[in-house]
Amino acid sequence: MAADQPASPQTSTPYARIDDRISSFVLRRSTPRGWLIGFGIAFMLSLGLFGAIAYLFYTGVGIWGINIPVGWGFAITNFVWWVGIGHAGTLISAILLLFRQHWRTSINRFAEAMTLFAVAMAGLFPILHLGRPQYFYWLMPYPNTESMWPQFRSPLVWDLFAVLTYALVSLIFWFVGLVPDLAAVRDRAKSRFAQIVFGFLALGWRGSARHWQRYHQVYFWLAALATPLVISVHSIVALDFAYGIIPGWHGTLMPPYFVIGALLSGLAMVLTIAIPLRKFYHLEDLITDRHLDNIAKFILAMSLLITLSYATEIFMAWYSGNQFEEFLVQNRALGPYAPLYWLMISCNAIMPLALIFKRVRQRPLFLFIIALLVNVGMWTERFVIVVVSLSADFLPSSWGIFVPTVWDIVMLFGSVGLFAALIFLFIRFLPVISISEVQEEAAQSAEGA
Amino acid sequence: MIMPLYGLMAEFTNPADLLQAAQKTSAAGYRKVDAFSPFAIDGMEDALSLHSSKISYIVLGGALVGMLSGFGMQYFSAVINYPVNVGGRPLDSLPAFVPISFEMAVLFGAFAGVVGMLILNGLPMPYHPVFNVPEFKEMTRDRFFLCIEARDPKFDADMTRQFLNSLRPERVADVEA
Repeated sequence: MAADQPASPQTSTPYARIDDRISSFVLRRSTPRGWLIGFGIAFMLSLGLFGAIAYLFYTGVGIWGINIPVGWGFAITNFVWWVGIGHAGTLISAILLLFRQHWRTSINRFAEAMTLFAVAMAGLFPILHLGRPQYFYWLMPYPNTESMWPQFRSPLVWDLFAVLTYALVSLIFWFVGLVPDLAAVRDRAKSRFAQIVFGFLALGWRGSARHWQRYHQVYFWLAALATPLVISVHSIVALDFAYGIIPGWHGTLMPPYFVIGALLSGLAMVLTIAIPLRKFYHLEDLITDRHLDNIAKFILAMSLLITLSYATEIFMAWYSGNQFEEFLVQNRALGPYAPLYWLMISCNAIMPLALIFKRVRQRPLFLFIIALLVNVGMWTERFVIVVVSLSADFLPSSWGIFVPTVWDIVMLFGSVGLFAALIFLFIRFLPVISISEVQEEAAQSAEGA
Repeated sequence: MIMPLYGLMAEFTNPADLLQAAQKTSAAGYRKVDAFSPFAIDGMEDALSLHSSKISYIVLGGALVGMLSGFGMQYFSAVINYPVNVGGRPLDSLPAFVPISFEMAVLFGAFAGVVGMLILNGLPMPYHPVFNVPEFKEMTRDRFFLCIEARDPKFDADMTRQFLNSLRPERVADVEA
């Protein structure tokens, strides 16, 4: 562990060791080469995204493969996928906090960061998809000369409120959690610049008992508010679809199905970040095998639930006796997009079954591969939901096939790159594990011993 | 040269000692006492006999304001100010107003809670006398401090120093105001 400021032996209490280690990731002078390479690749991809956005603004959504009948292509697929990824961060930071699952402590910080950046990516796509992105604020109720109001019965307007609330609440939840750690970094910082920046961000936190009391209470309430919020957000995203009469969309299954899918993809993304992070920063004692094992079990549970959702979809299509719903099921499994459907089934429903075996859950490499596959599978699922239904609805004369253009693909991978670049910056410039919470855990376990 | 004194601060090396010291300080009748620690310590609220905080009510108030204003906005728009007749369906379609009312409740509740926490805690406060103690820099790392303020009616520079020393701290420091 190449910390730049090793603790002097006589002051090395367990609390000091935790603080020195985690703050050293932020305060070390030299940047690890692996970080530079990773960030460089991610940043190049982000530049691709920015270029594509510029071209999109210049030309219009015609640069994508969308047309009638498939008017919702990659942009909406990406939106649903990214919002979903954010949800696991809130699951870990809020729901597990309420259930007093103390093992969440060392993974909640970066899971929250992941939420924030994923929601930022998600927020980008509907705006780009508008066609006239400069008018995105028309969705908001604001005083205007035409005295117009948005249609509050529309899920698209609900969606704006839900995603915006989710982004803001995730941001303050994350920031409030960071404040004591920013104070710790402020106190460790050697350079004047770092002292001023972290001193500014830490708001003058001094660890007073009175402050801690209110702080803990508000942190608890934020978790209590974020828990139903996270479920509402993806339910509302699902209602964007369920309100339409298109086969495969128009069902009451959609909200829970979307929330489960969101948690599955988000937990997979947590593993995708956690496994390289703990390897390259040697955090095996903080992000332990138990953490990976628990997340893997969550993934397994969500995968089984998503399998149930897939089965329910097929059952309801048959049980409804509706020929369009029946045709949709056939078309998904055997139609032009069949390979994607089967990719989705194998990545989301079949591959994660390997997690039943403890030996698989204990091998970070296997977990990493499965997590990547689930990420791919969940993106494919969003694609199958969005595109297959639109491409063949009621009248065969109006059917059409969606083929992505190079700009669709650049934007998808560009958003992955921007997300990764933000994660890299976060790892470099902010404490990636909550110092005060890990110290509190250490104190409690010392007490129990 | 005598600097005005904000208080006296005792330094401890572990949370259990601080908790015990806080209990003894309260028992000795000191009221303007604060403990400083890198993380929250279980039982500290009782030891310092802190009042239960008002945060929960602030969150509730914010959530109610958010919910009512969210609902009111939709009702005003859809029923009074901008009624749109969609196939003769009722204008006051209450279930359709639930999602936004809920989101607004969450948004306002969360912001009220955080802003309330910051205001009650007096943050952001870049300067505070306790930062004048050079060792206080180590607080966020692994030090635990107990400060008795000079404005405590029982405060007497010598007596209080003696009392703090009896708690067996690492050191007792003057906090300059």
